[in-house]
Amino acid sequence: METKKTSLYKLHQDCNAKFVEFAGYQMPIQYTDGIVEEHKFTRMHSGIFDVSHMGQLFIDGGNDLTEDLEKIFPLDLKNLKINHSKYSFLMNDEAGIYDDLIVTKLDKGYLIILNAACKENDFKILKKLLNGKFEMRLDEKRSLIAIQGPKSVNILNDIIQGVEDLNFMSGNWFMFQDQKVYITRSGYTGEDGFEVSITNELSEKLTKQLIDKGAKLIGLGARDTLRLEAGLCLYGHELDKNKTPVEANLKWAISKDRVSKGNFIGSDIITKQLNDGVSKIRVGIKPEGRIIAREKTKIFNQSDLHIGEITSGTFGPSVNGPVAMGYVENEFSKKDTKIFLEVRGKKYPASICGLPFYKKSYVKGVNK
Amino acid sequence: MSEVKYSKEHEWIKLEGEVATIGITKHATEMLGDIVFTELPEKGANVEKDGTAGVVESTKAASDVYTPVSGEVVDINQSIVDDPSKINQDPENSAWFFKLKIKDKSEMDSLMNKEDYDKFAKESSS
Repeated sequence: METKKTSLYKLHQDCNAKFVEFAGYQMPIQYTDGIVEEHKFTRMHSGIFDVSHMGQLFIDGGNDLTEDLEKIFPLDLKNLKINHSKYSFLMNDEAGIYDDLIVTKLDKGYLIILNAACKENDFKILKKLLNGKFEMRLDEKRSLIAIQGPKSVNILNDIIQGVEDLNFMSGNWFMFQDQKVYITRSGYTGEDGFEVSITNELSEKLTKQLIDKGAKLIGLGARDTLRLEAGLCLYGHELDKNKTPVEANLKWAISKDRVSKGNFIGSDIITKQLNDGVSKIRVGIKPEGRIIAREKTKIFNQSDLHIGEITSGTFGPSVNGPVAMGYVENEFSKKDTKIFLEVRGKKYPASICGLPFYKKSYVKGVNK
Repeated sequence: MSEVKYSKEHEWIKLEGEVATIGITKHATEMLGDIVFTELPEKGANVEKDGTAGVVESTKAASDVYTPVSGEVVDINQSIVDDPSKINQDPENSAWFFKLKIKDKSEMDSLMNKEDYDKFAKESSS
């Protein structure tokens, strides 16, 4: 299969991006500044991320769609306001995660943002579950541009007035040139920021205007170090078919009200795990010194028993040290528990720590 | 007179008398990206030509550092362990990795000169 290109491919080339194939797309891993500088620039200023490879699934429908989606997602969608978003999961019957996603309620339906590598499979699963009752489209005509970091609100608001009034995890339709764009205040860096769903024709124009106002394009490399410092999960690493949201320590994303009533895919297992606990759980891990423990690194307890594995690990430029996440047996998941990480045959000390590694700065209290 | 030679694993080596200083090339740092972790051999250790003698890690991945000649480690550059970003800044000079008392000068013969290495680096990255 030929690799796909996003609508910003040429602009990435013009900005000297290094490309990598990711989920079937040619994506920029970094630009000339490099991952560390790009990471820091996002935290201090404003970074632009082309995330057009992600799926933008629009489903049209009213109350009957809400009811059917509640049988799939562990969300209280009936009480979700229009233009508000929730983080959730598409699960199998065992509550294993097919994908993690963001559901936004629209005027006449829903917009669901899906991971690039999962979107085609998600579409098939959802289409089957919804019995073809609703109009569904995985919109390839729209790009998705994220702008993240403390200066993003002023930069984007200069171009598209009114975005400053959005709260974290809410959105709205705005106009750019003569076309409608859907903007949410959200992101994947732990910083304040926005994600803009925009037609492919206009994506480059908007991105160039953001660059003119001082924002910089940032590659997938820094996106990964930013999300890891923010303690956010990456599908295929922290999350997969064999892990549940409870094991992933994401029970905050499951509606309590929905759990008490059950009746969504995986609800039996979720309820059982919430009541009885889980045997393994996702934790933050802070290696001592500078040693970097990457994915698949084995974790041992103080008696040298194998108790888990790292799922993501790198150097965190803003915390100026190594950071990691992984799964350990539940009894070793308490904060400050001493553990050992096996890197290149040697065991290095580390400890379980709270997440995030870098404090989030989401904007929750503007207006309303 | 000291001549700098280069290996296919992108190390440079500068021989002065019996002692060789070894580091990684600018080309290597460009391929690796930002270096955030360095591990060096221990002083006194004996290393064998083409064997691993250290590790560098970027935000993306870990890579082994090989020694282009055999010998005994007589000095290491602690400053690049304390601040690995120095390797990106000055790889072919102040950010050397380790010094070896070399065993066999003839091991130098199979290594590349600057011109050949530059050509090799250009070809291997395209």
